[in-house]
Amino acid sequence: MEPISVITGQMAPLPRANVDTDAIIPKQFLKRVERSGFGPFLFYEWAYDEEGELIPDFILNQADYAAAEVLVSGPNFGSGSSREHAPWSIQDRGFKAVIAPSFADIFYNNCVNIGLLPVVLTDVEVAKLTEIADDPDNQVTIDLEEQKVTTIGFEAEFPIDPFAKHRLANGLDNIALTLQHADAIDGFERRRPVYKPALG
Amino acid sequence: MTTPRTMYEKIWADHVVRDGGGTEPDLLYIDLHLVHEVTSPQAFESLDLTGRAVRRPDLTLATIDHGVPTTGRELGIQDPLSKKQIDTLVANCEKHGIELYDINDVRQGIVHVIGPEQGITQPGMTIVCGDSHTSTHGAFGALAFGIGTSEVEHVLATQTLPQTRPKSMAVNVDGELPLGVTAKDIILGIISRIGVAGGTGYVIEYRGSTIEALSMAGRMTICNMSIEGGARAGMIAPDATTFEYLEGRNYAPTGEAWAEALDYWKSIRTDDGATFDVAVDIDAADLAPYVSWGTNPAQTVAVTEAVPDPAEFSDPLERDAAERALVYMDLKAGTPITDITVDRIFLGSCTNGRIEDLRAAAAIIDGNTVASNVHAMVVPGSGLVKLQAEEEGLDVVFKNAGFEWRDAGCSMCLGMNPDILLPGERAASTSNRNFEGRQGRNGRTHLVSPEMAAAAAVAGHFVDVREWS
Repeated sequence: MEPISVITGQMAPLPRANVDTDAIIPKQFLKRVERSGFGPFLFYEWAYDEEGELIPDFILNQADYAAAEVLVSGPNFGSGSSREHAPWSIQDRGFKAVIAPSFADIFYNNCVNIGLLPVVLTDVEVAKLTEIADDPDNQVTIDLEEQKVTTIGFEAEFPIDPFAKHRLANGLDNIALTLQHADAIDGFERRRPVYKPALG
Repeated sequence: MTTPRTMYEKIWADHVVRDGGGTEPDLLYIDLHLVHEVTSPQAFESLDLTGRAVRRPDLTLATIDHGVPTTGRELGIQDPLSKKQIDTLVANCEKHGIELYDINDVRQGIVHVIGPEQGITQPGMTIVCGDSHTSTHGAFGALAFGIGTSEVEHVLATQTLPQTRPKSMAVNVDGELPLGVTAKDIILGIISRIGVAGGTGYVIEYRGSTIEALSMAGRMTICNMSIEGGARAGMIAPDATTFEYLEGRNYAPTGEAWAEALDYWKSIRTDDGATFDVAVDIDAADLAPYVSWGTNPAQTVAVTEAVPDPAEFSDPLERDAAERALVYMDLKAGTPITDITVDRIFLGSCTNGRIEDLRAAAAIIDGNTVASNVHAMVVPGSGLVKLQAEEEGLDVVFKNAGFEWRDAGCSMCLGMNPDILLPGERAASTSNRNFEGRQGRNGRTHLVSPEMAAAAAVAGHFVDVREWS
């Protein structure tokens, strides 16, 4: 995964609460066995009508927002299923970060694991950013090292777990990190009680 | 004297491979990894690309559930994408020596039904799966939660997961459950109180006399929907009900190992005096049969109530969500819930697809006929649930009433297979999510208990099951 330092780009405002994973990537697109290529199906049922025609009003269909790299949305973003296809589709569409007042736990972890930066700001700050994003010419800058979001007349700090930050900033493979502790895993396995179930 | 601990703290501590010391996540050992066809192919592919092996195939169990058809299986899987996804899982399991309950295996079924059924879900375990309803297994006093595909790969490669410790929440439900009120109503009642994000960042322990009186099936229904309240995991302390359920099942320990396991299982209960970060108290007498009216599981009212007016919501985003929900659901504020007619009935899912759920619904259906405006189907949670129901003659009860009797799978809960709602169709569903498009584009889902779904099937509209005769 690509290391993240400073993200500067256009915002796309999606001011809705509880945007769930079924809305982000509907189930009919979960049948692919590949990890990439989900971008065109992002928010599919908000972006296309029943006949498959583009709904021009939808924010991501507006030419002015075609290059957006930062999604700004409401609380409890990513609620619902564990499907990593949800952050994959956001990332595949060109987004590098999602800003919201809160995220669902599994979705947040999935973002960190694939290098899509989840940024938590307060309700008031997100509302302000949403207003600023109404003008598509306004860019936002997210500095991971400084944990800071800045744009015209706006500056806010965001919290992030130090280890998640370290991984995102360095693009670290979690499995490689864990395998550094292979001895500890071996030791734990030797101590596991015999009554624990196993297959085969 | 040691500090009193919660069950969740004990299970966590017993699985720490490496203590992160507060600056890094703890590395937790995973006792059981359940795998299905939708969230695993990219994990296996990445494993192959990095040349890593599956560390513990013997602690990994796979089945196919999300994409399988529930009728006409003799014709094979018609959807080429689903077929490829399922074939991929079959090939990955063969390659890595992972046990798979394939489409022709009577044990095939929904991943959260088969684990308990086989007795491989046990108290004190850590259990993960690339599916948010993994919280179901917490009903046994296990720490069980859903993970994404990157984490699936991590567990396949290392049998561990780095985890930051969540906070703890006690949900205490006390008192005798009123007649006609089920485990499904308890959890819908809890979610409507705490909200869809009320449990975010927490592991919930469901406690109290109402919970203790429930069967394992009821406990699974409750833990299953923890994620709909935002909590990755929900758990219930193991007790005599749990041990009786487990004893004699395929993977339950026997002889000396059973005695040893039992000692451990009894030791993991939350100590007297242990503290939770948050507690919620609910009086069972205040619960009723519920029906969801909106597009998230907290948008739920008692069957005796009416569709709420969005103007009643003080939070502007919640008000906006309610307005959107009424448009999507084609409902008017003030409409009594019992005036809402339904087109489809879905009885099944990891929430309510167990034998006890089928029995409860069949008791209501018995001798009745599905209303002429309704299309109803039963999708057992596993091949073994289906077999058991047929031995008890429940299939005949359902079929005589006009229900379709299907094969096991996730089916219309999420509509990844051909079982979907058509645009505009309205369903009474025993599943767990009523999100927009969940059961089919522009389909409208009302979440209910199996009993309420059965009564709606016969009446053609929602009815208060407490008045059913």
